Amino acid sequence: MNKITNNTVLRFMTCGSVDDGKSTVIGRLLFDTKTILTDTLSQIEKTSKKKGMAEVDLSLITDGLQAEREQGITIDVAYRYFSTGNRKYIIADAPGHEQYTRNMVTAASTAQLAIILIDARKGILTQTKRHTYLAKLLGIKHVIVAVNKMDLIQYDEAQYKSICEDYKKFEKNISPSNAPININFLPISALKGDMIVDRGNSMAWYKGATLLQFLEDLDTSEDIKESSLRFPVQYVCRPRESANKELHDFRAFMGRIESGLLKVNDKVKVLPSGHVSSIREIRIGEQLIEEAIPEQSIAVSLADEIDISRGDMLVHYNDSVGTIKNFTGMVCWFAEAPLSSNRTYLIMHTTQTSKAKITSINYKVNIQTLNSENVNELKTNDIANISFKLAQPLIVDSYNENRGTGAFIIVDESTFHTVGAGMIQLLD
Amino acid sequence: MKKLLSHLDWLESEAIHIMREVAGQCSNPVLLFSGGKDSLCLLRVAEKAFRPGRFPFPMMHIDTGHNYPEVINFRDKKINDLGERLIVASLEDSMKKGSIVLKSNDEPRNKYQSITLLEAIEEHGFDCCIGGARRDEEKARAKERIMSFRDEFGQWDPKNQRPELWDLYNAKVHKGENIRAFPISNWTEMDVWQYIEREKLELPNIYFAHQRKIVRRDNSIVPVTNVTPVRENELVEKIMVRFRTVGDITCTAPVESDADTVEKIILETATTSISERGATRLDDQVSEASMEQRKKEGYF
Repeated sequence: MNKITNNTVLRFMTCGSVDDGKSTVIGRLLFDTKTILTDTLSQIEKTSKKKGMAEVDLSLITDGLQAEREQGITIDVAYRYFSTGNRKYIIADAPGHEQYTRNMVTAASTAQLAIILIDARKGILTQTKRHTYLAKLLGIKHVIVAVNKMDLIQYDEAQYKSICEDYKKFEKNISPSNAPININFLPISALKGDMIVDRGNSMAWYKGATLLQFLEDLDTSEDIKESSLRFPVQYVCRPRESANKELHDFRAFMGRIESGLLKVNDKVKVLPSGHVSSIREIRIGEQLIEEAIPEQSIAVSLADEIDISRGDMLVHYNDSVGTIKNFTGMVCWFAEAPLSSNRTYLIMHTTQTSKAKITSINYKVNIQTLNSENVNELKTNDIANISFKLAQPLIVDSYNENRGTGAFIIVDESTFHTVGAGMIQLLD
Repeated sequence: MKKLLSHLDWLESEAIHIMREVAGQCSNPVLLFSGGKDSLCLLRVAEKAFRPGRFPFPMMHIDTGHNYPEVINFRDKKINDLGERLIVASLEDSMKKGSIVLKSNDEPRNKYQSITLLEAIEEHGFDCCIGGARRDEEKARAKERIMSFRDEFGQWDPKNQRPELWDLYNAKVHKGENIRAFPISNWTEMDVWQYIEREKLELPNIYFAHQRKIVRRDNSIVPVTNVTPVRENELVEKIMVRFRTVGDITCTAPVESDADTVEKIILETATTSISERGATRLDDQVSEASMEQRKKEGYF
């Protein structure tokens, strides 16, 4: 039964193109975990028949917008859900077309794990390298390499093993290599349902876990370093007009803990002002709690009256982190209009927004070869190393140290569109 | 030390974070409240986000005039208990003004909600509407952003959405444009019911099994009401039903059920074979793309 209230959340993404059977893998996961309900299934059966197919085409489960059906492609990230009683899963389903690098980057930004699909007949392709590079760039720590379509190579163990060896060899050379990742391999046939949820009868030689078992068993918990508190203030609550007189002087600073631990009586420092105080109370709504952990949305009150507003950050009082006005980062450019060094952009980072200028485009990564190239401008889906100069100081960490305080988006000042996203690299 | 949030705590925390981003970034937001289960979850999330302070936004109901009286009474009592402010924007006012012209008197009014919503947004100058839509409801919703941009005409352009990465939400708009924010995007119907159980949320009683006069029409159970009368040659039955969604009477159908507690509903939700909209929304069955179409026209 699904009625477990104490399970955790795992967010993952799938990388691959239509030809790798990505949609079929997702369809199979949803179908075999009984997430697909009768009415959806009968819709899919109808469509499969209309297309003249003998079997039900599970890839149709992830079929999305009218515009996509018309063109036979997926144009945007879709989010899908299933639950096993042990975990709630959120799948970011990103289209595999190479012109949609931005979708893959978007999907990867919230994923803890990436499933990289390889067609068993084709082995490692350029796109496999691209997917691996982007997963690493976005700081995904867990990768499952699923060699699909095993049924089309007669479930050949030797061929599967050689693909795994090839993968291990090239993966080592893909930067950023400083962040170690946990890689697992498995052979599957999404079409036949082998090793997705059920083991099937065709690969007795494979003794490892099925895809679902890998997902169920994955340990995503990380050591919480108490001292690395990052608490960006989102909103300040001052219920002065409240009828309750006791609340007249009440002030709470609201936000979500990006990292570290926060306990009542902890001494904290407010950045950028540098004022020090201690935590008087931590609450979620009307409920008082003693300590808060990463990803928890809370409100805190301090022992002293200090002027704090949205965009400020609480850290532990002896943390040496400071503010910066220049930084370098890897940027993925989304907009049709090229990035221009002559323009001013807005950078949104934690709860802070600052105007920014580009001081230099250091190099671009050729997404096919993964080599660095010199360029003067950035076009849609380009990935590049860029240096910025900021109007407001920001409190940042390196992205590979802290996703929450190392990530930023770039917004066009006049259209307000999100035109790029980036990951900060600080030099030690 | 290692600790992870449970899935309900995680979902709640994400929703609180999104609401506070709306409060922090937008100058005049509003929360769309219908009295339904999803918007009741939103209100509980808002309490956890902003108490002991007031909500930094009013609630607004787009009233088609075809609502179950139990739901309307519940809506008013709920807002009163919270001590917050409710705006009711009525389709019937738009009809009087002439901005909504029904093809016939008994035409379902659901799709016209967009017109009244857009008029209310303009009248009050709202720059953001917080809604209780979920991505698991429908395939056009599965592709929608948590902060979804709408142009001056309220239109959603699925091919040109703002990329949304990490938890960095871009809610910036020009005057006349609008953000629709969906804090419970990542919740499923099951999550909603589990949250209702955990938080002991009160719901309008039509969510629970009760006796009701119905007719069976085109694979659906249609409740017999003054706006959905019995047609010729139809057989009226009185059976145990509950509503899985509540909305405009003419397009919301109940399901046969004897689940009269939240616990029983959770059990039923875990074993059902029909999706929430498939069972209960008469308006989405018209065409495969009807939700997508409505959203392009300004529907939330």
